[in-house]
Amino acid sequence: MTALGPLSVRLPGSRATRRRAWARLAVFPAWGLVLPAAALSAIGLLLVWSATRNEPGSTLPQRQALSVGIGFALMWAVSRIDLRVLRAYVPVLYLLGLAGLVAVLTPLGRTINGSHAWIVLGDGLQFQPSEFAKAATVLALATALGEPRDGERRPGAVAVLLALGLAALPVGLIALQPDYGTALVFLVLTTGMIAVSGAPKRWFAAFAAAGAAGLLLVWRLDLIRPYQLQRLMVLADPDADPMGVGYNATQARIAIGSGGLLGKGLFHGEQTAGHFVPEQHTDFIFTVAGEELGFLGAACVILLMLALLWRGLWIAARSPSPFGTAVAGGVVCWLAFQTFVNVGMTMGLLPVAGLPLPFVSYGGSATISSLAAVGLLAAVNRRTRTQA
Amino acid sequence: MRRTTAHRGRLTLVFVVVTALMLTLLGRLWYLQIVTGPSYVRAATESRVRSVVLPPVRGQILDVRGRPLVANETRPQVSVDYMALIHQPDGGKDVLTRLARALGRPYQEIADRARLCAGDMPRPCWPGSPYQPITVADDVSVRTALWIAERQDEFPGVSTALRPVRTYPLGSAAAHVLGYLQPPSPDDGPEGGPELVGRDGLEAQYDRELAGRTGIRQVAVDSTGKVTGLIREEAAVAGDTLVTSIDARIQEVAERALARAVTAARKRGEPADSGAAVVLEAKTGRVTAIADYPTYDPSVWTGGISQRDYEELPLVSAAVQGQWPPGSTWKVTSTAAAAKAGYSLRASYDCPGGYTIGGRVFHNFESAELGRMDMRRALVVSCDTIFYRFAEKMWQRDGGLKPVKRPKDPMQAMAREFGFGSATGVDLPHEAPGRVPDRAWKKANWERTRADSCRRAKTGYPETSDRRRAAYLKALASDNCRSGGIWWAGDAANFSIGQGDVLVTPLQLARGYAALANGGTVFSPRIGKQVVRQDGTVVRTITPPVVGKIDASRKTLRFIRDSLAGVPRAGTAAGAFEGYRFKRLPVAGKTGTAEAYGRQDTSWFASFGPVKKPKYVVVVVVSQGGTGGTTAAPAAREIWEGIAALTHDKKDKRKR
Repeated sequence: MTALGPLSVRLPGSRATRRRAWARLAVFPAWGLVLPAAALSAIGLLLVWSATRNEPGSTLPQRQALSVGIGFALMWAVSRIDLRVLRAYVPVLYLLGLAGLVAVLTPLGRTINGSHAWIVLGDGLQFQPSEFAKAATVLALATALGEPRDGERRPGAVAVLLALGLAALPVGLIALQPDYGTALVFLVLTTGMIAVSGAPKRWFAAFAAAGAAGLLLVWRLDLIRPYQLQRLMVLADPDADPMGVGYNATQARIAIGSGGLLGKGLFHGEQTAGHFVPEQHTDFIFTVAGEELGFLGAACVILLMLALLWRGLWIAARSPSPFGTAVAGGVVCWLAFQTFVNVGMTMGLLPVAGLPLPFVSYGGSATISSLAAVGLLAAVNRRTRTQA
Repeated sequence: MRRTTAHRGRLTLVFVVVTALMLTLLGRLWYLQIVTGPSYVRAATESRVRSVVLPPVRGQILDVRGRPLVANETRPQVSVDYMALIHQPDGGKDVLTRLARALGRPYQEIADRARLCAGDMPRPCWPGSPYQPITVADDVSVRTALWIAERQDEFPGVSTALRPVRTYPLGSAAAHVLGYLQPPSPDDGPEGGPELVGRDGLEAQYDRELAGRTGIRQVAVDSTGKVTGLIREEAAVAGDTLVTSIDARIQEVAERALARAVTAARKRGEPADSGAAVVLEAKTGRVTAIADYPTYDPSVWTGGISQRDYEELPLVSAAVQGQWPPGSTWKVTSTAAAAKAGYSLRASYDCPGGYTIGGRVFHNFESAELGRMDMRRALVVSCDTIFYRFAEKMWQRDGGLKPVKRPKDPMQAMAREFGFGSATGVDLPHEAPGRVPDRAWKKANWERTRADSCRRAKTGYPETSDRRRAAYLKALASDNCRSGGIWWAGDAANFSIGQGDVLVTPLQLARGYAALANGGTVFSPRIGKQVVRQDGTVVRTITPPVVGKIDASRKTLRFIRDSLAGVPRAGTAAGAFEGYRFKRLPVAGKTGTAEAYGRQDTSWFASFGPVKKPKYVVVVVVSQGGTGGTTAAPAAREIWEGIAALTHDKKDKRKR
């Protein structure tokens, strides 16, 4: 048993019979991961449908369904890959990710909804390289941190510095877009992975100090834009400018708050129908859950995510290889942080930042990369089981 | 236990952090949806539901024969939404500039109309709620209105609609009687009411009936304000029509006659600053015409009024709010009082040029020495000294300077029976009550003003440049300080001929003469006659209530009536009625010339006709207009001729 004992559920029957029953169902090797991810994706599809139901001719639900399909296929494929094989391809994946980020900054990149984060390959075919760079970076950092020298249980200074260097490249490229929200996701997952890998605390402290210095630098060099500052101010006083900067936040809170305990019913949200919340099918999808599904439904979304995250941590804890632990930890940090920022933003806890809610928000790149990340967790889990 | 490479402590830390973050989200979700949920439900409803007020068509005001005095006309109006304007980045300046250009008006005019009347904001401004659409122009061509309506993106917060607008087919006729409309102020009740409420005159008095019921349409809107569905609709109910007893033709005659009298008086050098003419139905107490001078065109109210226009508007109605001493028109009450007190009306009395009371000589008009006469002649030639004697004797009987406990005050009592000293209760707002002074009033008034009088008795009137006037005022103040509370015999004498502190409104005098004419019934006059629904059913019929009965014998009243018949034929109004066809419509009346220190005389003429079976009462007053015979009587004659012509025409028609 693991230290995370409370997470493992005791089912009736002996361990052996349970295993056999499990194996028969094991198209995907990790139902504990797949079920929450599938439930969240299904809820997301319904919510996207609901949010766009009054837009005649909208194909967004179908497109999202396609993304979810692709995502699950990729998840399955990734989960089948042997981690050791995957590891061999990490440099290629990482370079591909970087190449995508660089491409965004070239004339290939497009600005959609105010963020210069897209590459458009043709009519209707567009993607966000930063989403795929997340997975690539997780793998790259895990490679750097997950290969302690013989006899060492912790990554050494070289490994940590290498990891920081590997993280700095995508962070820098994304900051150039600029997309500070996504850059922050990279910083958080880097921090998390260094922590999980068991790096000495002093590295940690140094990293935190560097982060603080970076923030100070951003502040002093006036790199922060006026609208970003306003978003922060609105957080302090949400009603300061309800028709201007605070409009999104105010309308989001109204939509969620008016849902009450049971919600207004799927497809019956009046605020949603009236398109009061901008960007509702993407970054503000949680407001649809809040309004139409109420507290019970919206809490379900959070709890499903929590179940997935716990399962991810359980996998990280059980992984025999430091590489697997680092990958699982990185994915958990990524998904947890992004969920917290996104949901917190819709409920007025955090400033408005353009981060999607994993699995739920509309968006092909984000959906596919999140599901692929679940595939990574499953792959780590598979290795754990096969080794057991 | 299997050996893993994971660092348990670090993973536990991540586990704790992740769990804490998700629990934070759950807590916040609980707070938003369960704890503060209801307030967000309200906010959601407010943001989603638009209530559109459906203004009802306001009822018309008709004259006695159904001719419209106030009607409606549909005109395109341009309104702006104040709340939408102030949410523009520049406070709506840009939109209003474009709107002003589209309307062909100066920007300032539009901007002024679209501001709120808060504090000392000068007009034009919007006195209503900022949540109601503000009408900035209501004489827009259909073309312009459509042009603006088609360019909603250029004119955010601007709306156009066809709205009924009040029109006044007779121009300025009876402007004060009809009153006007204004956007409701917050005192007028909760939001969502009518866009305009009656502020004066009949519009105010019958506001509830005329207004109709405001409809409401609640629609669901999306975030751009586009209507997505109908939630509730309640149709507007048109207002009822008010049929009045005003006869538009007589009204016009009265207005014309009054204006002519004022012009004529001014030509003679009198200030003639205001005036009124009132025509009542003697037997019913209904108002046939009320003319005021100065008057104004009520259409200025439509679509906002400028500060300058507003300040210059003569909003006070001389007929119901103006008060003057009645002069000799008052003698009918004094005569009735004398008859009741036992003086024979047919006996012969001496009418000297002056009568001494308390060492002071009270004169006849122009100190005329008129010899002996009966009361009939006393009224015809308007002898004052006979009334002085009556007043002094009555004053003495009440105890003189040491009054008995309950003085009879026969003249005041009779004046009150005629309805003076209290508001008539006519269906118009802001009516003045008039004044019937007596011992008690004088004492109370003295106590009120004593401090000031005594101060003035010492300091005088240094600010008055006219030294003679200053000296007079100082002596008066000194008198008032010492003994201003005493009802002297002189006060009684002044009272008997309608001078001094007596005040009447033209409407009061008219109803007093109506009572004289109809045998003693005092009505509370009414202008409204019927309230009729749109489908023609009569909601209610308004009858002037009887509020009193003059306690004088029918003989006395008939005697006074017959006596007054001599005034236009051979008395003080003979000049004015020279050539009048008495046979067609015999008229009786009484002139009045009320004096006021430092001002020109108030000119009165109160009359009724036909003499034997009085149908109408006509009262004309011109403030600072000279004697009753020269200014008011000719106007009254013109009105009588108008009435005669109209009734004569009617008879002709019937014959055909």
